[in-house]
Amino acid sequence: MSNTPTWTPDQPIISLKDVRKSFGDLEVLKGVSLDVMKGEVICIIGPSGSGKSTLIRCVNALNDIQAGSITVEGQEVHDPDLDKLELRKKVGMVFQQYNLFPHKTALENVMMAPLKVLKQGKADVEERAMKLLAKVRLQGKENSYPGELSGGQQQRVAIARSLAMNPDVMLFDEVTAALDPETVKEVLLTIKELAAEGMTCILVTHEMGFAREVADHIYFTDRGVIVEHGPPDTFFDAAQDPRTKEFLSQIL
Amino acid sequence: MIEAVREFFREMAADYPTWNFVFFYEQTQWEKVVSGLWMTVQLSVICVILSLVIGVIGAGMQGARSPVVRAVVSGYIQFFRNTPPFVQLLFFYFALGQFTPTYSPDGWLEIPIISNVGWAIISLSFFAGAFNVEIFRAGVEAVPKSTQEAAEALGYTRLQIFGYVVMPLALRVSIPALNNNLVNLVKTTTQAFVIAVPELLYESVTIWNDFPSAQNPMMTVLFFAYLGLVGIVVMSMNKWERTMRIPGYGG
Repeated sequence: MSNTPTWTPDQPIISLKDVRKSFGDLEVLKGVSLDVMKGEVICIIGPSGSGKSTLIRCVNALNDIQAGSITVEGQEVHDPDLDKLELRKKVGMVFQQYNLFPHKTALENVMMAPLKVLKQGKADVEERAMKLLAKVRLQGKENSYPGELSGGQQQRVAIARSLAMNPDVMLFDEVTAALDPETVKEVLLTIKELAAEGMTCILVTHEMGFAREVADHIYFTDRGVIVEHGPPDTFFDAAQDPRTKEFLSQIL
Repeated sequence: MIEAVREFFREMAADYPTWNFVFFYEQTQWEKVVSGLWMTVQLSVICVILSLVIGVIGAGMQGARSPVVRAVVSGYIQFFRNTPPFVQLLFFYFALGQFTPTYSPDGWLEIPIISNVGWAIISLSFFAGAFNVEIFRAGVEAVPKSTQEAAEALGYTRLQIFGYVVMPLALRVSIPALNNNLVNLVKTTTQAFVIAVPELLYESVTIWNDFPSAQNPMMTVLFFAYLGLVGIVVMSMNKWERTMRIPGYGG
């Protein structure tokens, strides 16, 4: 029952074409297009309110769109007949505020979706969850509740929780913005390792150094449009658009 | 031993005519007290459980997309919260009772399929349930949207989000308010008296109608019985609250 018959890995795994999105009268995305190839890491940067988070929230249909098209592995995301579960199995998401389930331990947080949503067997899921927690360097914290973990640790549980669904793409929505400076690094390291393993990642971030280091491609958004994009070196060293230059001069 | 106790209370009744603990030495009266207490316990337990079920379902329905469903729930709450439970019991038994089908075990009698006990259970459960819906709703609203969104992003359906994420968290917030409402419910079961449900108050009144000298003792029994019953409810709710406590979360 493959509903992505037309997609092959040489085509963009995610493709946005002229996406428009409004909240009431406020148009947040004013025609955004971008393509992401399998295994690519792209970073979206830009001032607050430029529509970065909205953009990636549209990719897994947490937000709907008013016009344009978004496809994931060839499947139109905003097709009313879309099987949302199929989409969300493919696309994992990590949030700024971690959003762990506070009443479940770290291990349970990771295990819950494969058990309840995918109905996989417990022993198998548990083994995988333990491995994932080890992968994000949280051995020994399996039975801790989110409230007992630091922000950075919680965020790594959130990453493991998302990975437990075996997604093809990961969306990171300002995942270090709420963290203490000393825990930012451990989270970024985890993401870097994921990227190195070939996971397709879309990151909204304010960590410019990190973006430069891991991204294959940088997109700069401002007021609902993509102002400029390019490979990190070109983007950071030879930005063309005055708005990009101004933004970079303020934060670099 | 038992005979000695009986003798003691028989003499006490003779010496102090307003303190006739008749149920301590008359088997039939003793049986009335026991069966009244048992009926009260059953009413309380069944109504507590049903009112909790109604509360959870109602809170779930309040989150429904359909405005009609939400209007039905809020109409239900308005009706049951804003009218006296006493009147509700009368209404259910006498008004709705007229329309319930009957059956006949012997070809002569006509027995309604819902007895007065049945109506008391229905009426009291819906009464307390209305408050429980509101209590759970407050709890549901305390669960951050972002937590639900995380579940949505993981592929949970709306029902799964409600069952696995929203309700377990909402419940914890709701326990203190729930505690109050369930205590009230246990006490409100005495009002089933009005439709002749043979619970503890009803049996006590029958006893002191037969033995006016037993009125003081029966009132004493009533006070202690409810102190005990409500005490059990409060203790178990507190215990539940402790076992539900999450390390590092909330107060």
